[in-house]
Amino acid sequence: MIDLLYFAWVRERIGLPKEQVESSAATVAELVAELKTREPRYEAAFADLSALRVALDQELSDFDAPLEGVREVAFFPPMTGG
Amino acid sequence: MGTRIQADAFDLGAEANAFAAAHPGAGAVVTFTGLVRDLASGDLQAMEIEHYPGMTEKAVEAYRAEAVARFDLAGAWVIHRYGPLKPHEPIMMVATAARHRADAFAAAEYLMDWLKSRAPFWKKEITARDSAWVEARAADEDALARWQGAD
Repeated sequence: MIDLLYFAWVRERIGLPKEQVESSAATVAELVAELKTREPRYEAAFADLSALRVALDQELSDFDAPLEGVREVAFFPPMTGG
Repeated sequence: MGTRIQADAFDLGAEANAFAAAHPGAGAVVTFTGLVRDLASGDLQAMEIEHYPGMTEKAVEAYRAEAVARFDLAGAWVIHRYGPLKPHEPIMMVATAARHRADAFAAAEYLMDWLKSRAPFWKKEITARDSAWVEARAADEDALARWQGAD
């Protein structure tokens, strides 16, 4: 099982902050492709990957990254701290 | 101690004084404070700051430690708030201490550039009519480039 976390408008579009999924996806991009087939709200959230960032186990990563051994995947828009 | 992620307000003056007192060997202390900016229309009611508990603390502490090492600082503090904030309230501050001012200024800018675009915070502006997520600015991303590949 992988923990998925969503923040900011990604959280709002998907409608929940966190969920667990069973996935055999090898990469983040494959996981996203799986999620997009589930329901329209995932399609809406992941429509434009260039507008999204991803963190694997709380480290910034990218959509080509492998998921082997990863427990927590977070999706969010570009950060606006400071 | 050097990194604090908190919902509570903080007192700029008290923090600046405590920071300076904690670094008696430094000849220069620089502080930067980010405030909740009103909209051009002047009708901002609140700013909501969301963050990623766990990753936020790790990321901010990593950038803080990098700044200390890169600019040979006597020390650095970062305070960043989350939750609902009112117009003109302090959102965050950085403080840097060094023997000379150039390193203290540069380290504060370095920290701000990284915190703006790489620490997991997201701002939402709320008015009486609606609310909108603040979009990242290309200029903020460009600002990071000057610190990369320069080592």
